[in-house]
Amino acid sequence: MTDLLKLSGVHTHIGRYHILQGIDLVVPQGQTTMLLGRNGAGKTTSLRTIMGLWQASSGEITLAGERIEARTTPDIARLGVGYVPESMAVFSDLTVKENLVLAARDGPLDDKQLDWIFGFFPALRRFWLSRAGSLSGGQKQMLSIARAIVEPRKLLLIDEPTKGLAPAIVMALIECLKEIKRKGATILLVEQNFFAARELGDHVLVMDNGTIVHRGEMAALAADVPLQERLLGLSLEAHQ
Amino acid sequence: MTELAANDPLPKPKRDLAPILLPIALALAMIPLVGSTSSWVTLTVASLAMGMMIFIMASGLTLVFGLMDVLNFGHGAFIAVGAYIGTLILLPFAAAMQADSLLANLAVLVPAILLAMAVSGALGLVVERVLILPVYGQHLKQILMTTGGLIVAEQTMYAIWGPAIIPLPLPASLRGSFILGDVAIAKYRVLAMLVGLAVFIAIQLVLNRSKIGLLIRAGVENREMVEALGYRIRRLFLGVFMTGSALAGLGGVMWALYREQVHASMSDDLTVLIFIVVIIGGLGSIGGCFIGAILVAMVANYGGFLVPKLALVSNILLMVAILMWRPRGLYAVTSR
Repeated sequence: MTDLLKLSGVHTHIGRYHILQGIDLVVPQGQTTMLLGRNGAGKTTSLRTIMGLWQASSGEITLAGERIEARTTPDIARLGVGYVPESMAVFSDLTVKENLVLAARDGPLDDKQLDWIFGFFPALRRFWLSRAGSLSGGQKQMLSIARAIVEPRKLLLIDEPTKGLAPAIVMALIECLKEIKRKGATILLVEQNFFAARELGDHVLVMDNGTIVHRGEMAALAADVPLQERLLGLSLEAHQ
Repeated sequence: MTELAANDPLPKPKRDLAPILLPIALALAMIPLVGSTSSWVTLTVASLAMGMMIFIMASGLTLVFGLMDVLNFGHGAFIAVGAYIGTLILLPFAAAMQADSLLANLAVLVPAILLAMAVSGALGLVVERVLILPVYGQHLKQILMTTGGLIVAEQTMYAIWGPAIIPLPLPASLRGSFILGDVAIAKYRVLAMLVGLAVFIAIQLVLNRSKIGLLIRAGVENREMVEALGYRIRRLFLGVFMTGSALAGLGGVMWALYREQVHASMSDDLTVLIFIVVIIGGLGSIGGCFIGAILVAMVANYGGFLVPKLALVSNILLMVAILMWRPRGLYAVTSR
């Protein structure tokens, strides 16, 4: 199993704040790595730093053996990184179709891929020509994920996809992400929902105060209630 | 959170017609105040023509504001440069311009406009690379740099063309009016309306029917996400900036012909109107800019006719009223 993404000693400053304080992590190819931690631990900053949206002040970021910490965001995206931000960031003035047309950077939309996406998210087919701004929160999240997978990507960075969604929508999203996993995608997934993390994760990284404080197998963390309480301040049982 | 059931139809987006109806309502409300029908038609046509020319000049600026978040206080320089460059062809070929043949007039006018747009667009390239690029995201510095650039551009124009006002007569075939009953409609105003409308339709087609247009609309809303999808938005910025500059150059030639004169400070008063249009239209909104330009021109023309003493402040009052009604402009596109 090779490591697709590797961060070594990455520091990120935002203004005068020192957010990431020497992150070391690896994301193995074809696996789903969960990034957990309380609010403000640095999870979103980690994804944004990998994506080049915030520049790492020091350290190395390697994607498939290629250094990317000094690359621009479009260059990193063109290396095959799909990004689903916490805010979803769908283009609300554009239709569902137009959002996906933009996401299909390398050419016209592939009908087969679209049918596969519509299999999970039938709402996107139904509202194909509707403005994205008029979709519900769950549908916007579906569109945001669809945008990241409308073309094959080496790595998906997904930031809290279940945040604020109704339980039924959360379950649909989990099923979709499982299917994306089964197709061999490599995913780095930030999640606060421990149930979703347990369902999806192969590996887990727990962050606190801008550093990685735990790394291991997701199944091991899910089975270790005292460890969950120590690292995350709650147990899976309490969360359920 | 309320989710739609699988078979529920999505609520259709409401068409926001209020801003579109505003100039129509304003024009209709002026009929009894103006009194004479012919005066009302003349004022209304003058408003539409002036509005179209202001729209041409402002359309680039609103995209630059909306997409690039750049406060370009030097936009007026492109207007004056366009007008001066136009004279380089229009004045040497004055005989053809004054010939009684529309074809002969257009044979001079069209190349003059194209050259003005090309030079203004090229100047936009230089300004974006030299003045704007180092200060992206820094509004105060943008104001200082672009205001400084405007002063340098104006003084350079004084140095090259001198301080005297250059007369620029209208082509012979565009002088005079179409007479409809007791109403006279100036030919040049009709041309200005047609060109403004053509520019508006062209911009709408590009924005709504092409991938570049999609990128511009998406970039106005969320630049960061456009980059995260793999598009180099800086190149798009440059293209939009050059197009906006070229349109300002087009507007400059048209405005100079409308006023039949060119001088280095010709854009000073226009710049105020253009900024009002961009603000009340909603930053980045071409539709809002179009309606805003017509409103500003209407207020200037009707206001100047009815209450001349208020003419200077009438557009500021319009802006205050619009922003009290819609604080982010007639059609809010960005969250700024």
